[in-house]
Amino acid sequence: MKGLFLIAQIAGRGVAIESTQVDSVVDIGEAIAVPRTTGAVRGLAALRSRVVTVIDPAIMLGMPPTVARRSRAVISLIDGHCYAFLVDALEDVALFVRHPLSTGIVVDGPWRRAALGIVERDGEPLIILDLAILLPQIPQAA
Amino acid sequence: MHGLKRWTRLGPMDDLLQEFIAETRETLDALSGEVVAWEAAPGDRARLDAIFRFVHTVKGSCGFLDLPRLARLSHAAEDVLSTVRAGNRLPDTALVNAVLAVIDRIGELVEAIDAGNSLDDSGEELLIAALAADAIPTTTAAATPGIRHAVRSVRLNVGLLDHMMSGMSDMVLARNELARRLRDGNVDPSIDAALERLSQTVADMRDTVTRTRMQRVETLFSALPRMVRDTASLLGKRVTLTIEGSDVELDREMIEVMRDPLGHIIRNAVDHGIEAPAMRRMIGKPESGRLTVSARQSGNRIMIEIVDDGNGIDVSRLVAKARTLGLRDAETLAGMSEAAKLDLIFEPGLSSRDTVTATSGRGVGMDVVRDSIDQIGGKLTLINTPGRGLTITIGVPLTLSIISTIVVGVGEQRFALPRQAIEEIVRVRGDTVRINTIGDSVVANVRGRRLAVVDLATLLGIPASFGRPIDTLAIVSTKDGDYALAIDMVIDTEELVVKPAAPAVMAAGVYAGQTLPDSGLPMLLLDMAGIASVAGLVFTHTIDNEDEADAIVEAGISALLFEDLDGERRAIVLAVVDRVEKVATEAIRHTAGRSRLAIGGNIVPLHMVADPGTRMQTTVLRLTDGDSEVAYAIAEPIDIVELPAEIVGARGTGGIVGVVMIDGEQVEVVDPHVLFAEGEQGRQHRPLCLLRADAGGWMESFLRPTLEGAGYRCATHLADGQVADVTLVMADDGTDAAADTTGAVVRLRRAKAAAREDDGSIYRYDRTGLMAALSQRLARGDGR
Repeated sequence: MKGLFLIAQIAGRGVAIESTQVDSVVDIGEAIAVPRTTGAVRGLAALRSRVVTVIDPAIMLGMPPTVARRSRAVISLIDGHCYAFLVDALEDVALFVRHPLSTGIVVDGPWRRAALGIVERDGEPLIILDLAILLPQIPQAA
Repeated sequence: MHGLKRWTRLGPMDDLLQEFIAETRETLDALSGEVVAWEAAPGDRARLDAIFRFVHTVKGSCGFLDLPRLARLSHAAEDVLSTVRAGNRLPDTALVNAVLAVIDRIGELVEAIDAGNSLDDSGEELLIAALAADAIPTTTAAATPGIRHAVRSVRLNVGLLDHMMSGMSDMVLARNELARRLRDGNVDPSIDAALERLSQTVADMRDTVTRTRMQRVETLFSALPRMVRDTASLLGKRVTLTIEGSDVELDREMIEVMRDPLGHIIRNAVDHGIEAPAMRRMIGKPESGRLTVSARQSGNRIMIEIVDDGNGIDVSRLVAKARTLGLRDAETLAGMSEAAKLDLIFEPGLSSRDTVTATSGRGVGMDVVRDSIDQIGGKLTLINTPGRGLTITIGVPLTLSIISTIVVGVGEQRFALPRQAIEEIVRVRGDTVRINTIGDSVVANVRGRRLAVVDLATLLGIPASFGRPIDTLAIVSTKDGDYALAIDMVIDTEELVVKPAAPAVMAAGVYAGQTLPDSGLPMLLLDMAGIASVAGLVFTHTIDNEDEADAIVEAGISALLFEDLDGERRAIVLAVVDRVEKVATEAIRHTAGRSRLAIGGNIVPLHMVADPGTRMQTTVLRLTDGDSEVAYAIAEPIDIVELPAEIVGARGTGGIVGVVMIDGEQVEVVDPHVLFAEGEQGRQHRPLCLLRADAGGWMESFLRPTLEGAGYRCATHLADGQVADVTLVMADDGTDAAADTTGAVVRLRRAKAAAREDDGSIYRYDRTGLMAALSQRLARGDGR
């Protein structure tokens, strides 16, 4: 069974994001820093009349921060809040077959946690990322 | 649940009536299904509860809106339904029919009220009679529905309103963008004028659109004074209502949902909480009960607090009731914590009172109240102080609210501070506002008040402002304590639509929400209490010099504000007021050098600042320090107030501690210490010491000044009729002291050592021993 996936570059790697998690793809404006939050929270940005929380998934994946030149982001609505996940680049939207994380591939740490499976694009395997897992974890629900 | 009114402003009562009609009509529509289901299965508890709630709510609103016919019908139905709920009556067909007939009638009446028609009340007696257990089943003709009045309000989906609001915000941003672009190029003045007009329209429009969604809590509170007055007068009680924070704005949806629960709580407070005046007088409370309703924003919630100084909830009675009704078994009840026991009040059908009244009925309705609050994600908490009062706090989530804010700058960043929490903004200047460093902490001294300083730049880690001298302070007042927040600059004050921020942002603990001002750049609203706790501020007395005094001030000193006999307003600390009483003016006499009041077989020193004049009755404050009693005559009591921390000391000692500001008026605070001191002196008459003249005149020259300084009168010879309270003699003078002396005697001797162990004389320079002996003899001999 094929599903619709958005193919993007995060932390220099190609990843797939399920289209059901994607609200829109935008270039976001200037983000206002939010002090006293984890580094993955890059700030708040205005998306028309909405305020979105800008998340750097690269940091959540234990990679160097995304260098935002054009601040391209994937907008996703999670638990009633609007988030912008920074990406290096957007490549494609297409139908792919979802495969489970096969035993042959060793994925570890944060990538493993956020991985929902794998799609194969022209023979290149891409991890399917779960955006909800890429949100900073709150120790105790406030 | 949402009403967008076509406002034909007719006054608040008409608004309320319209709301009542719309709501009753809507509930009736929703209820019709329940009614039918109940008819099919009369044993269905959930249906029964729903119907009960309906009549209960109608009854509550009717009493307040002065709709006696509806009130009687709903009260009768509620009575019957509660006997069913309590299991004292089985719902048979006759009863179900009778209840349905009443509900139908309520519907007809509501339509008639709306249409402005009159409906004859024949048959209503029959309807009520049919509810009785022994009623003969009657068939009532199906009601012919009257002509429905034109609908005066429309109900809109909240989503639609939200959509409209976000569209509006987009429009504002687009206008801003356009204005920016136009400003960059050289534009025709006529385009500028057109833009100006557009801006004006957009601003008006935005205001209107915002109002469709937001409402001041005032609309919720405006009905309360009348409700309290009516409920209180019905019950013969006196209640002083204070409303605070009416300007807080809330989602209309929340306001609508909270209207009924708040009404229930208020009526309960007046009915069950606050005692009758006579009772209050007996237990030493002021006759008029105090009820305070306030709204404030706290973190990401709006807190509505209802505080009464009544009797509180009798938990043991609740527990007993729960056992009787079989809600819990005795074992469970015994093992319950105090809090859990108190929570029993939320059990359906459980009331802490056995008597039924027209106002709040039997069920305190607290189950209904909590259900409604839960429905909007709110939280209801009780603080019960038996005998002293009950505080109910409703916290509703700040899903969306307009908050009056002060926008401040720190480095390059801007933040909004809730205006409600900011007392003032001061610059560090001269002597009035100083910054001191105590150890490693920074303390501000603002006109003599010491406050811990939290530097926002350091707290938030904004490097641009590190190390800059502290220049501007926002004096923050939170529920736990006050502090000074150092900021770089004040930019503006703005009304902002605040929404909750993402959990990852809220986790920082210092934000209350996020907002998007006209600048188009998001901004965070700071949570002032959160900042205090993140900064590690502990509000004990360590910051303050005057530990003791401040601790008391923080607890709040209550005082009785009264009008004195000379027409001035004065206040006296409530703790010394035992009771307020009316006495016949003739019980006040000027005897033995001062005014005294004959009361209850006692004579009590009375303090009066002016003559009571011709009035037959005088109100007196009976003051006590635990041992003795004095009275203070006043014109009338006004209110219970909290004394402000700042008291301007009095000049001289006229029985006044100082002056405070209460409601913008200078009020003198009576010094109870002086009153009692005067009372004491009056009672003791300054005892008379008879000095038996000795050869060298030692007593006259040495002893007399000492004794007079200690408050005694001295004489060397007694005038006619004078009786000495104590007589002092020189024991080794050879004069036989006891011969012609009555009363107490103190013997003095010249020699340091006593001639005999038991002669009881005192060495003449043993001042301490002498004074002790004097007061001891006086106490023993003071039979007067």
